Amino acid sequence: MSLLHLLTLSPFLLAVLLPFLGKAVPRLHKGWFAAALSAFVFAMLLGYLADVGDGSPIVESFDWIPSLGISFTVYLDGLSLLFALMITGMGVLVALYSIAYMSAAKESLTRFYVFLLVFMGAMLGLVLSDNLLTLYGFWELTSITSFLLIGYKNEKHRSRYGALKSLLITMAGGLGLLSGFILLYVMSGTYRIRELFEVGAPLMSHPLFLPAMILILLGAFTKSAQYPFHIWLPDAMEAPTPVSAYLHSATMVKAGLYLVARMSPIFAGTAEWFWIVSLGGLITLLYGSVASLKQTDLKGILAYSTISQLGLIMSLLGLSSLSGIFDGEERLLYAAAGTAAMFHLLNHAVFKGALFMAAGIIDHETGTRDIRKLGGLAQVMPITFTISLFGTFSMAGIPPFGGFISKEMFLDSVIEPLHAGVFGLSTWAALFPVVAWIASVFTFVYSVLFVFRTFLGPRKKPLINKKIHEAPLLMVLPPALLAALALMLGLFPGTVAYSLIRPAAEAMMPIVTASGDRLPMDIKLWHGFTPALWMTIAVVAVGILLALTVRRWMKLYAFIPRRVSINRFYDISLRFFEHITVRVTSLYMNGSSRSYVKYILGFMMLVLGFILYISTDISYRVGAYAQIAPYEWIILLGLAAAALAVPFAKSRPVAIILTGSVGYLMTLMFVFLRAPDLALTQMVVESISVTLYLLCFYHLPKLRTERRAVRFRLPNFLVAIAVGVLMTLVALAVLGTNPFEPVSDYYVRESYESAGGKNIVNVILVDFRGFDTMLEIMVLGVGAIGIYNMIKLRRKATDVGSRHVSHEDDESDDVADRFRKNQYGHDGPIEVSRKKEPWINCVSDLNDKAPEQEKNSDSDFETEPDSDSESATDESRKKGGDLDA
Amino acid sequence: MPRGSDVFLQNISKIVVFIILAFALYLFFTGHGSPGGGFIAGLMSAGALLLLALAYDIETVRKVVPIDFKIVTAVGLLIALCGGTGSLLFGEPFLKHAFGYFQLPLLGETELHTALIFDLGVYLAVVGVTMTILLTIGEDN
Repeated sequence: MSLLHLLTLSPFLLAVLLPFLGKAVPRLHKGWFAAALSAFVFAMLLGYLADVGDGSPIVESFDWIPSLGISFTVYLDGLSLLFALMITGMGVLVALYSIAYMSAAKESLTRFYVFLLVFMGAMLGLVLSDNLLTLYGFWELTSITSFLLIGYKNEKHRSRYGALKSLLITMAGGLGLLSGFILLYVMSGTYRIRELFEVGAPLMSHPLFLPAMILILLGAFTKSAQYPFHIWLPDAMEAPTPVSAYLHSATMVKAGLYLVARMSPIFAGTAEWFWIVSLGGLITLLYGSVASLKQTDLKGILAYSTISQLGLIMSLLGLSSLSGIFDGEERLLYAAAGTAAMFHLLNHAVFKGALFMAAGIIDHETGTRDIRKLGGLAQVMPITFTISLFGTFSMAGIPPFGGFISKEMFLDSVIEPLHAGVFGLSTWAALFPVVAWIASVFTFVYSVLFVFRTFLGPRKKPLINKKIHEAPLLMVLPPALLAALALMLGLFPGTVAYSLIRPAAEAMMPIVTASGDRLPMDIKLWHGFTPALWMTIAVVAVGILLALTVRRWMKLYAFIPRRVSINRFYDISLRFFEHITVRVTSLYMNGSSRSYVKYILGFMMLVLGFILYISTDISYRVGAYAQIAPYEWIILLGLAAAALAVPFAKSRPVAIILTGSVGYLMTLMFVFLRAPDLALTQMVVESISVTLYLLCFYHLPKLRTERRAVRFRLPNFLVAIAVGVLMTLVALAVLGTNPFEPVSDYYVRESYESAGGKNIVNVILVDFRGFDTMLEIMVLGVGAIGIYNMIKLRRKATDVGSRHVSHEDDESDDVADRFRKNQYGHDGPIEVSRKKEPWINCVSDLNDKAPEQEKNSDSDFETEPDSDSESATDESRKKGGDLDA
Repeated sequence: MPRGSDVFLQNISKIVVFIILAFALYLFFTGHGSPGGGFIAGLMSAGALLLLALAYDIETVRKVVPIDFKIVTAVGLLIALCGGTGSLLFGEPFLKHAFGYFQLPLLGETELHTALIFDLGVYLAVVGVTMTILLTIGEDN
């Protein structure tokens, strides 16, 4: 355990302690704890800046599960440090901002900050892990915390919808990532990223190389919301604004970029990597910027803009991979794309964080985020106006902000492939500058409209009489700092270029520095009249023209097909799968525990019988048993008689007492066979289960007797016979076959020597196989909570369901109904279409809705099939009003 | 049988419950050296409370032991987890245990074992799980 480990894990620690700290100091807003911790970690990480900046990474290893080769190795190089500083730095600002944004008077915010801290820890772990498996673990943890934070207002349907969507998409990508990592392990025999770098050429020629690359990119693309997996990000805007600013613009969505940058040394230099990453990024860049212009919700604009900017960085990462196949001067030219990616990464976090927070302020003060209702806010909110102005200008690439420099570098980088002449670039290279330029124009237009529509012009009707004022200081301070930083990054880029950006770019492209040279830094405000500058000037000119005439050509968006959208595909396939699942589940979940026992035992016997059948080295020991004493005979006969009598018992208490007596007689046998632990456990379990039955019978109105004649059922008969025969065979085989040295010898030998216990059973439970025990009690706990939920919350769920379920439902399967009701409550997606063929109907449902959506033509581009912007704004207005009061 | 009206059972269980609980405590501490341990002790403690529930009713159990057993479960799991992670602070793998023999007042030479912390987690988890299940099923109408 080193200091770095503790720093990485400290957010988790605080998350555990937070509920208690909150109780100890109830008057202090819990955000202060989170802010203090992230400030502390940020400061500590700054201390590593000098060492890492010199190109000497810090490695601290720690064996976690040595028997599986899993270690928790913290590796801090330039790339990790850049991300770690962004995570903790933004963490401080977001925590401060949330103190003003989230009112502690109305709700306990423990949950919120616990999720936020766990997220921060997971993100830190993700960027600092050197082991692929720990990286994957943290990766999924960020998905889960993101899910919990998006669904923070879990009483709102859209929050739950957005949360589920993000979880399904990022988790699907996460599974791809895991498979990709496993393939890498299969190829190289190591989970350590550093060792993978050294494998080199043999890895590239391996047939599994391409599948591994695609699977890993799937993880990165889903996480970083690249087209066509971007659809979760706009819906994730249901999260509270601090969360959007933190997770969905500055940090978590950048995890995919981090992964691509991290994996670059392994995959870069192949045509597939270059094309998938750069083209995927380019399409996302264009799509996001075009779609953003159509949004009316401030956060919606920012969401699509985030998608677009992520695409920009992604395409830069792809372009930088060309540095792997060239030498000398040319290599450095392409490596500049990597530098641009790192710089834009930082710039984007800064300006987008500021803009999200500004959008939050506007929402908080006016009660709406609908850009059609806003206007003229500059007079009443001058600080927020300045912040937004700085942020959007940086985003649009206007000097003298940081975004201008990185945008210039980006335009430089997209011109470069014109001279590359590899990977078919001699034909297609023109695509890069053209797409980049068009996307830049759209970026300029939506950026300018974002700030001018909101802050200039006349006040719109709904807000004309409302008293609007600037937000409290604590809320304005974090975005103001970010806006100042955006300006500073433009005026004095040298402050970060050598200390932060260069080490990061070098870590991403180790090949550039292999000869010992440092990567040259060319980050400055004025480059002279380069082609990139001319492109920028053209962007601004065309952009202004388009922005002025926006109402004329906005109608063109109507030509974009609505019905064939990825969102619709997602919704339909989700409902389709839900329907299939319900069908399949209701096939065997028929509510009768007798069938379940039959399935379980039947399956077990099939597997067992098959194994006994194929195993050739099993011998059955027949004869030569130990002497059975007369009292043992008596017990065994009693046992058999009790067991046989159970099916013939006339009433349930009798059956239960008979079953119990089987157990107690077994206990007695254990005593005779000198197994005190087993006897004790068996006895207590037996007593408790019998009592449990008795408790249950208090509530049964009358004991039911089965009056029907029991029919002969062949499957039951077969399963019963098979269980008896096979278990006997297993017992005989155990006696007769000894292929291995029994483990018991080891335990007998070691339990006192190395574990200090005389009771082997207990030593095995808590020490030798402690991990098993821990997972077992966890399963028990989950089981208990499951039973509690099923019994205590059952009635509530049914009530909710019955209010909304119509009786024309012709699907007679009650179990399936209950299943659905429990799952979705009253307004889940499936309730809409509870007719005979839900997935076909929901297509028509959506089609029915489409015209209605067309009516308010300014509504979202393609995010929501059931656009409820009206009600959402009402809600937020109410919220805003409450906060004011 | 009308609920909670058996005077003999009630009076006897008043005493027996404590005997069982004491025995469970004994089983818990003796677990590492002789039969017993957190699992059995947990079941037995739950059994004692169950006897109370049988002799009186579940309301009485709730009154006598006013604890949310779901939380007991969670605390148990947390203790087991922390007992396992403690070893990480000493640079040892997860769930690695340590023990030593100490001279304690009154008890003489005693073996102290970090596995006992883990076992305490098991104990609480088992009590919590069993009681949660019993109380929810028992209270359901």
